[in-house]
Amino acid sequence: MSPRTMFDKIWDAHVVRDEPGEVPVIYIDRHLTHEATSPQAFAGLRARNLPVHRTDATIAVIDHNVPTVLGRRMIDVVDAASVKCIETMEENARDFGVTLFDMKDEYQGIVHVVGPELGISLPGMTVVCGDSHTSTHGALGIFAIGIGTSEVEHVMATQCLQQQKPKTMNIRVEGTLSPGVTAKDVALAIIRKFGTNVGSNHVIEFSGSAIRSLSVEGRMTLCNMAIEAGARAGMVAPDEVTIEYVKGRPYAPEGDLFELAAANWRELASDPGAHFDAVLDINVDDLVPQVTWGTDPGMVADITGVVPDPADESDVVTRQAYERALEYMGLTPGQKIEDIEIQTVFIGSCTNSRIEDLRMAASYVVGKQVAPNVRALVVPGSMLVSRQAEEEGLADIFRAAGFQWREAGCSMCIAMNGDRLAPGERCASTSNRNFEGRQGRGGRTHLVSPLMAAAAAVAGHFVDARNL
Amino acid sequence: MEKFVTHLGVAAPLARSNVNTDDIVPARFLKTIRRTGFADALFANWRYINDDKAPNPDFELNQSAYADATILVAGPNFGCGSSREHAPWALREFGFRCIIAPSFADIFYNNCFNSSILPVVLDKSTVEDIQATLAGQEQYKLQIDLPAQTVAMPDGRTFGFDLDPFKKSALLEGLDSVDWTLSRKGEILAYEERRRKEAPWLFIGKDADRRSASAPAS
Ligand code: SF4
Repeated sequence: MSPRTMFDKIWDAHVVRDEPGEVPVIYIDRHLTHEATSPQAFAGLRARNLPVHRTDATIAVIDHNVPTVLGRRMIDVVDAASVKCIETMEENARDFGVTLFDMKDEYQGIVHVVGPELGISLPGMTVVCGDSHTSTHGALGIFAIGIGTSEVEHVMATQCLQQQKPKTMNIRVEGTLSPGVTAKDVALAIIRKFGTNVGSNHVIEFSGSAIRSLSVEGRMTLCNMAIEAGARAGMVAPDEVTIEYVKGRPYAPEGDLFELAAANWRELASDPGAHFDAVLDINVDDLVPQVTWGTDPGMVADITGVVPDPADESDVVTRQAYERALEYMGLTPGQKIEDIEIQTVFIGSCTNSRIEDLRMAASYVVGKQVAPNVRALVVPGSMLVSRQAEEEGLADIFRAAGFQWREAGCSMCIAMNGDRLAPGERCASTSNRNFEGRQGRGGRTHLVSPLMAAAAAVAGHFVDARNL
Repeated sequence: MEKFVTHLGVAAPLARSNVNTDDIVPARFLKTIRRTGFADALFANWRYINDDKAPNPDFELNQSAYADATILVAGPNFGCGSSREHAPWALREFGFRCIIAPSFADIFYNNCFNSSILPVVLDKSTVEDIQATLAGQEQYKLQIDLPAQTVAMPDGRTFGFDLDPFKKSALLEGLDSVDWTLSRKGEILAYEERRRKEAPWLFIGKDADRRSASAPAS
């Protein structure tokens, strides 16, 4: 057999039907779902009088609409519409026999934190969720894709997806990250360099020495942002670090079955000489912390840099986009990034809310205080992360410094649960989207790493995390 | 599903790049368990000056020339961001049947077909040309012909576009994809049986209650 990429191997193992003139049908190993994009799909199943084909492979969480206040109860849910979404999820899970991690569950959390952390998502799998950041799971060597609600219904009914085979792209990330520079900065640098739709119709495999030395959680941050580069999915080949990460997780295989699985996972990496449809290179030796200044995740500057001048852009569409972005963001060309003052800091989201992210932020915050007039939130990605952070004393560090310590959920990443920015409010956020209105209508989002967010919380403006 | 064969309709330009699904339907409108009721949510942050829905006179689609538009002529990477199918639902409910752009985000592109919207990719210069031609024109209509895979302008210019043949026939026939796949259920079961032997760890699922098994720290 000719050499194959990791993606090819996983794809080949999951083709149920591939006939000329048809779209291939691929099998889905795990389906994760949440209350925001599933109600219409369950309603569709009811209308068809169909069950969920594999309830043992379908897991639901409540994350988008949950309040994050400590000791939350139904009465804390932001509005009646959110209550309805949550109750509908509970009802659907009960009626269809799907496991649900609801608001009070010790396993509750953001769907893309929960899947890998519990060992529900495993290397070599196909994983889908009605959520674009499903790409996160690819960090374990999974073909993981976001799907629409009609496809959610399709997968629940058939355990399959109709899917045209995407192309493959290898982004080789070489070099050594300086202290204070993180996976988040790598993700932003990649989108900045190659654009917000470089990955269109491609599955990106991230490879190279810089990726090998990232932890699994760092790889998740990177794959999470693959969707912001327009990719169908992001992936990192499983290695011993991955296998060690998976071992012992609550839903992971055990004993001989684990060894059998691990032997299979060791074969997944792309073969030497495997063909990719596109290959891109980036070196991160000199990478500095990155900060977005605009309203798409490709609008990025170095912390040492300035807000760009739209007049320097030759392309009309780009120039107009820059002008709109600067107007929305309330920034002026030439302004130093370090001089941008923030009112809010959000450490959370499926991009950067895992234990390592919280450790990274806490390591800087310890013994310091959040700047006066800055509102700072830490929202752990899951209740397990929260518990661990409490045990490690991280929660105490944040609280002592003046951060609000919250319960797990999407929170201010999506602003549909009560946590949001006011119009004009400026935020250093560890989330993944700086779109207009994403964190609240009129809110101004700057995407940064957890370390950069922590430093901004203390200083009240952006500072270079390398100099801390 | 609603079919799409040919369509003659008023076109409206939206010459912005990277229009994302949060722009198309802001997240606060996702709090519903229904598939309908999104027409007012479409482009809400741009369309209205405030939450009282006072129209923003500067927004392209609020201009009288494009009232009744059913074809949107958009910029590159249209529909990027979230996977929310609410975005094409809202576009469809508002009246759009076809979106023309130089490129689409993948998930949005797929979702369009499940919402009976035809996404048409034309090259960037052609799209910009159409946008410039129809800018400010009253009731400027384009003719979309799916069987022929063409977009025709009133001045006679016609542009061909590519489309996956399977997706094309699904739209032409209004095919239900769940029914289609379910009719191959035998193949799905056979696959599962084979995989159960090949890769048994994929099937242990969550038979036992695994709560309180402590997840290890990383
Ligand atoms: S944290 Fe944000 S990006 Fe992640 S799943 Fe929740 S809303 Fe989506």
